[in-house]
Amino acid sequence: MTFSVQVKVMPLKDLLDPQGKAVMGGLNNLGLKGINDVRVGKHITLQVDAANEDEAKKIAEDATKKLLANPVMEYFEISVN
Amino acid sequence: MKFGVVVFPGSNCDRDMQEALQNDLNQEVVMLWHKDKDISSFTTNDCIVLPGGFSYGDYMRCGAIARFSPMMQSVIEFANKGGKVLGVCNGFQVLCEAQLLPGVLLRNANQQFICKNVYLKGVGSDKALKIPIAHGEGRYFADQKTLEELEKNNQVIYHYCDENGNITAEANPNGTTNNIAGIRNAAGNVFGMMPHPERASSDALGNIDGQIILKTLLMS
Repeated sequence: MTFSVQVKVMPLKDLLDPQGKAVMGGLNNLGLKGINDVRVGKHITLQVDAANEDEAKKIAEDATKKLLANPVMEYFEISVN
Repeated sequence: MKFGVVVFPGSNCDRDMQEALQNDLNQEVVMLWHKDKDISSFTTNDCIVLPGGFSYGDYMRCGAIARFSPMMQSVIEFANKGGKVLGVCNGFQVLCEAQLLPGVLLRNANQQFICKNVYLKGVGSDKALKIPIAHGEGRYFADQKTLEELEKNNQVIYHYCDENGNITAEANPNGTTNNIAGIRNAAGNVFGMMPHPERASSDALGNIDGQIILKTLLMS
């Protein structure tokens, strides 16, 4: 079976995110009110062939730990559709 | 000894490095294509350099995809056997991703790509060395424990400093932790630095401070 696996990769919470800061500046320039912080990460979609959901998640986790995220600077969350 | 310079898709300082090693330092240089993996002609007395640039378009993270190229598997093996490896700029990022060096290079704190001459204090000279930087992701970061170990073992090979060699907050161009510009591994055979010594190694360019760095790290 093919599972659609969603991987969210975000900069670690206590790290400065200059990209988020730049986007925040843009939002301020737009005159939008009420947004007080922006952090920018990645959303990655994997199509994974596996016997079941758990196995699909495991395969995605392996891929994420090895390449999709760097634990020194990022954390990740995985969900299976 | 001879030098190998790895060429990734998106490397753009590979020829500068070849030029500096070959013409300024009179060394034998072999260019190594990322898809090849044969470096059997290299012994641990030789040296492999990962040049600057934007390997694989900096996709995913700087250096993240280059780390899995066939040639890098051979370079990792070479480094683990004790061969000398230098990564400059994107090469430094590749070495961190390959975990041959600890830590990571984050986007510059001021959100800008910085291209200018800076001064470095570190191995090879008592005076500050003038070397250019050209990067958008050069803010070195590692956890506290790693940072303490780096300092304790003298693994920080270059700090950003002012013209007179003072390591100050004002001399930090990109928000890097503790003004760190370059580090080496614990064994002392793998070096990574953001500044470009190969761009400052020729009389024709009006600056040969880079020669001091290349000679100190790789040829002594």
